[in-house]
Amino acid sequence: MMNTRQLNFVWVVLMLATLATFAIGEIGERIGIAGPLAMAALLAISIVKGRLVMLDFMGLRGVKFFWRGLMIGWLLLVSALIAIAYWIAAR
Amino acid sequence: MERHPDITAPHAGPAVAPPGDLAIWFFILAELLAFGVFFAAYAFARARNVELFNEMQQTLDRPAGALNTVLLITASWCVARGVEATSRARPATGARWLAGGILCGGGFLAVKGVEYAAKFGAGINLSTNTFYMFYLSLTFFHFMHVILGMVILIVLWWQTRQGLYGPANMNGIESGAAYWHMVDLVWIVLFPLVYVMR
Repeated sequence: MMNTRQLNFVWVVLMLATLATFAIGEIGERIGIAGPLAMAALLAISIVKGRLVMLDFMGLRGVKFFWRGLMIGWLLLVSALIAIAYWIAAR
Repeated sequence: MERHPDITAPHAGPAVAPPGDLAIWFFILAELLAFGVFFAAYAFARARNVELFNEMQQTLDRPAGALNTVLLITASWCVARGVEATSRARPATGARWLAGGILCGGGFLAVKGVEYAAKFGAGINLSTNTFYMFYLSLTFFHFMHVILGMVILIVLWWQTRQGLYGPANMNGIESGAAYWHMVDLVWIVLFPLVYVMR
């Protein structure tokens, strides 16, 4: 199920993704990643990160779909609600 | 709640139930539901006060938030490595990884403490405005979960050092680790939402 190489790889990906999130906050507007694009990018990054934590750190890869579905469903639902609220705010 | 008898080897074929005790997963789902409602409430409150939220967000310590993301994710990685080592009958190595996780978790609490001290020092409190009401209550709710997670990790570290866990007995350590990863997972959504998204 778990192996050290996979866990290390996931940690590196999560670190790079965190750097990307931070960079959007620091220089996003200067490099043209602002507004709805920044919002979408940030949500996409956190979905990728959350999914990796669930599948590899929590060990849900290979587990019954029911559990993965509930967990990833939570992540997608929360992200969708945030996106809707931001869309309302931007109108 | 124990679905697999102890004779089941942890690496024998594809698992059907999630690692650890099934009860912890119901607990995790309940926690995620509570945080999910909180996140949605923040986002919809922002929709009604966009200028205020965007202006106030600029007063947050974003580097500290990013550093805390690094600390929590690294803590989660350490805990996952600790569980992995223990499942391969190397509890001494497992305990060292868990100690690494505890150190990173402690780092998170220290950084957040410095952040809170700066905000309180500037006279900010729950009634400052809607943004800070959400910022303080949401991050403090999470902070309390980190503290509970730390207590669980310290117990797991101690028990793993004592040789309580091994390939035939992973239920407790897997359950505690799953709780810790939930705390990390919540921060992965909280950081971009509260500190970055505008």
